[in-house]
Amino acid sequence: MIFATVGTQLPFERLIRALDRMAPAIGAPVIAQTGALSFAPAHIETHSVMAPTEFDERFRSAELIVAHAGIGTILMAKRHGKPLIIFPRRAALGEHRNDHQIATARSFAEEIGVHVAYEEEDLERLISERPLAPASDAPPAERAPLLQALNAFAHGLDP
Amino acid sequence: MSEMERKTVLAVASGGGHWQQLMLVAQAFDGFDVRYATTMEGLTAAEPDGSPAEVTLIRDFNRSNPLVMLKAARQLMALCRRVRPSVVVSTGAAPGLLALAVGKLYGARTIWIDSVANSEKLSMSGKTAGWICDLWVTQWPHLEKSPKLRYFGRLL
Repeated sequence: MIFATVGTQLPFERLIRALDRMAPAIGAPVIAQTGALSFAPAHIETHSVMAPTEFDERFRSAELIVAHAGIGTILMAKRHGKPLIIFPRRAALGEHRNDHQIATARSFAEEIGVHVAYEEEDLERLISERPLAPASDAPPAERAPLLQALNAFAHGLDP
Repeated sequence: MSEMERKTVLAVASGGGHWQQLMLVAQAFDGFDVRYATTMEGLTAAEPDGSPAEVTLIRDFNRSNPLVMLKAARQLMALCRRVRPSVVVSTGAAPGLLALAVGKLYGARTIWIDSVANSEKLSMSGKTAGWICDLWVTQWPHLEKSPKLRYFGRLL
């Protein structure tokens, strides 16, 4: 099963429409958390909202995650060691306030297991190439110094 | 230090990526009592020993609905009176910024950590937080342009 999510804030119909169009040729069921939708997808199972526990279950049992380029989704894919395709939202299409998701996609383009699809063709190609490499839960070397600075501050020191 | 003297950190973030970054941030506060607040029902956090931590639900709002913001402010004031945080920390978004402002009223020292999603410029809430917080943090070294804004590292 492929699990798709658009996060909790905003709908992202372009992604859901693309998956619905591709679904018959994918060869695996697609389940999506979609937010509000203005159409009824014909080939994928959709849920506008999902309780966190149900969301978690779907996420864990998926062979592949397809999502907007949200940090929550990237962190979750890393924690569960799932292959992840991110498809960034575009401000010009009214999909977010600004293009920070494109910046996020660029920042994570080199990360193993995080596969970036800027266009629908990339998405289709990546899905057809699965199994894709899974994301890794290993923290970056940059995490520990940040946590140390926060700990020092909480103890009243100047980090 | 006895149990009674342990200091409290109040950690606040909206649901989604902000909350997940907050869960990583919380690992920094070993030895403190960490209490949580968020805007999304059903989110859970764990103590270091794995037992469930206290998570208070507050009203969600954005910059366009001031009345809901007032309700959230009252919830945060009640929470601060109860847990008396010495530190309030947030990873965003607007409700977290409000938590820092309320925390300051109650004498807490405050930390803003701008989301790792903001790799080209700080978020709107993050810019405003610079006026309020005691420790102002970005996760991208190239954004560390003003003397107050600090870069120490990145969560992911």
